[in-house]
Amino acid sequence: MANVSIRDVRKSFGATPVIRGVDVDIQDGEFVILVGPSGCGKSTLLRMIAGLEDITSGDIRIGSRVVNDVPPKDRDIAMVFQSYALYPHMTVAENMAFSLRLKGTSKEEQKRRVQEAAASLGLTPLLDRYPRQLSGGQRQRVAMGRAIVRDPQVFLFDEPLSNLDAKLRVSMRGEIKELHQRLKTTTVYVTHDQIEAMTMADKIVVMHDGVVEQVGAPLDLYDRPANRFVAGFIGSPAMNFIEGRLEENGLALRSGAILPLDMRPAVPIATMLTYGIRPEHLQIAPAGTPETIPATVSVIEPTGSDTTLIVKAEGGNLTVLLRERCALKYGEEIALKPVPFQAHLFDEAGRRIASS
Amino acid sequence: MTDWLSPEEWAAVRLSLKVALTAMAASLVPGILVAFLLERGRFWGRQALDVLVHLPLVLPPVVVGYVLLLGFGRRGPIGSVLAEQFGIVFAFRWTGAALACAIMGFPLLVRAVRLSIETVDRKLEDAAGTLGANPAWVFLVVTLPLIMPGIIAGMVLSFAKAMGEFGATITFVSNIPGETQTLPTAIYTLTQVPGGEAGALRLTLASIVISVGALLASEWLARRARRRFFA
Ligand SMILES: Nc1ncnc2c1ncn2[C@@H]1O[C@H](COP(=O)(O)OP(=O)(O)OP(=O)(O)O)[C@@H](O)[C@H]1O
Ligand SMILES: [Mg+2]
Repeated sequence: MANVSIRDVRKSFGATPVIRGVDVDIQDGEFVILVGPSGCGKSTLLRMIAGLEDITSGDIRIGSRVVNDVPPKDRDIAMVFQSYALYPHMTVAENMAFSLRLKGTSKEEQKRRVQEAAASLGLTPLLDRYPRQLSGGQRQRVAMGRAIVRDPQVFLFDEPLSNLDAKLRVSMRGEIKELHQRLKTTTVYVTHDQIEAMTMADKIVVMHDGVVEQVGAPLDLYDRPANRFVAGFIGSPAMNFIEGRLEENGLALRSGAILPLDMRPAVPIATMLTYGIRPEHLQIAPAGTPETIPATVSVIEPTGSDTTLIVKAEGGNLTVLLRERCALKYGEEIALKPVPFQAHLFDEAGRRIASS
Repeated sequence: MTDWLSPEEWAAVRLSLKVALTAMAASLVPGILVAFLLERGRFWGRQALDVLVHLPLVLPPVVVGYVLLLGFGRRGPIGSVLAEQFGIVFAFRWTGAALACAIMGFPLLVRAVRLSIETVDRKLEDAAGTLGANPAWVFLVVTLPLIMPGIIAGMVLSFAKAMGEFGATITFVSNIPGETQTLPTAIYTLTQVPGGEAGALRLTLASIVISVGALLASEWLARRARRRFFA
């Protein structure tokens, strides 16, 4: 096992910069998830760790060794691809034994290790099949099995679950996590699904446009997003943002309402601020209640366990997540009351404002 | 069995097979190599190589044969060097016929292989790298099996082209019975002499049998190669 350290890494394809100075430290045995919107450079960064993409500048270390110029085969990693990349001309067993065959491991040893990995993934009855004879979920497992058999220093996963249906995705999420707890191999996992990131990671790296926006434990990112991008990206349904001007008695909104602030932000009066509040931190109050946000009900989506409400307010849409069922009707005038001590404030550049 | 054709006719059939198989075998490795260069390579002059390889497809065969005669003839710049240094002579030999056929079939072989390389998922090769394979292994164990159907198709095209090649062959190495007289040139000769119709017909039948056989053999090989992937 090994730690991975990424130091001021940059990558350009031709003249287009794609990774624009990334620093990440991954501890030995840690499960780190790279998350971010499509095209932000997650796969590119992962492929640079794997050695499949060369590094324009900066350093990547695996263990104590700088691997910038080390070819993929010598990096002691195993990568699982979104498309699984199984060999169509090899059986499941042959696919899984691929790395051992290259190392010249004896046939008996190959068989033993493949069977061991197959048993742990429930693949034993499928060993003689070809990939085309497997379901998507089974292929996914074979791809993981092939990586496990290699017994690498670092596992690299590039969106391994995005081709699976929702239910299978949830169960595979659990299995991968369990696998990691058993093997304790350093893992870098790419996804654009923030729920996957929240539920699986020891540490999340949020990327955007080729830079790291924030690194932290899942709940830290949720509770204390460093900027508006992270605040909006982590959490589902996404955080609501409302623009307002700082006044003595709170935040003056477009609608004329004044929202009280829990703490006085350390910025001058009359500064324009963004007020961020998660959907579960808004409560319904009768229209006209003081210190609330006036709103009109626009969409009601009951899921059974909870209700998602979309309301028109402050010149846009806000989302409210209610745990209890509600008797609201389309078009009804209501007021939204933020739960105290749950709001986030961001300055005009989108940075979190520390409370004073 | 053997009296089905006259000895001269048998000689033409044997020679045609020898020339076609030699042409196919000799162009196989260079063909795969060039297909890779054209498909994957990023080098100066790639476009020029592409045009050069495809020239035999668009030029009149007689022109190709004449260019070969100029270049590889006994006094040609390449032919004279090969003859003096290595004792290899192409002019008016069956080897010259094989060379002409190989060059005429080369673009067909390259195109078929290239198409199959294009369909190879690069992630399969990437994965092999991360699993510890060096580039040679990746090629042998992953890429080559995946492009096998394309290689087989290319070989058949090259063989078929060689079996039918006429213009370049007759221009470069002439029409010498027993040395450079292949099936097409033999049939042509028979149609030019009085009373040759029966022989021409027999050779035509032989040609059809060989072509159908080649087609069936390739179908069988391709099916075997493909069955493991798709089916
Ligand atoms: N080989 C390449 N040549 C040129 N540009 C590339 C290449 N590979 C990726 N890019 C560009 O780099 C950027 C980042 O791509 P990357 O695949 O890393 O995104 P991603 O974060 O993995 O997105 P997704 O979630 O859609 O997979 C994209 O804008 C993409 O167009
Ligand atoms: Mg990607």
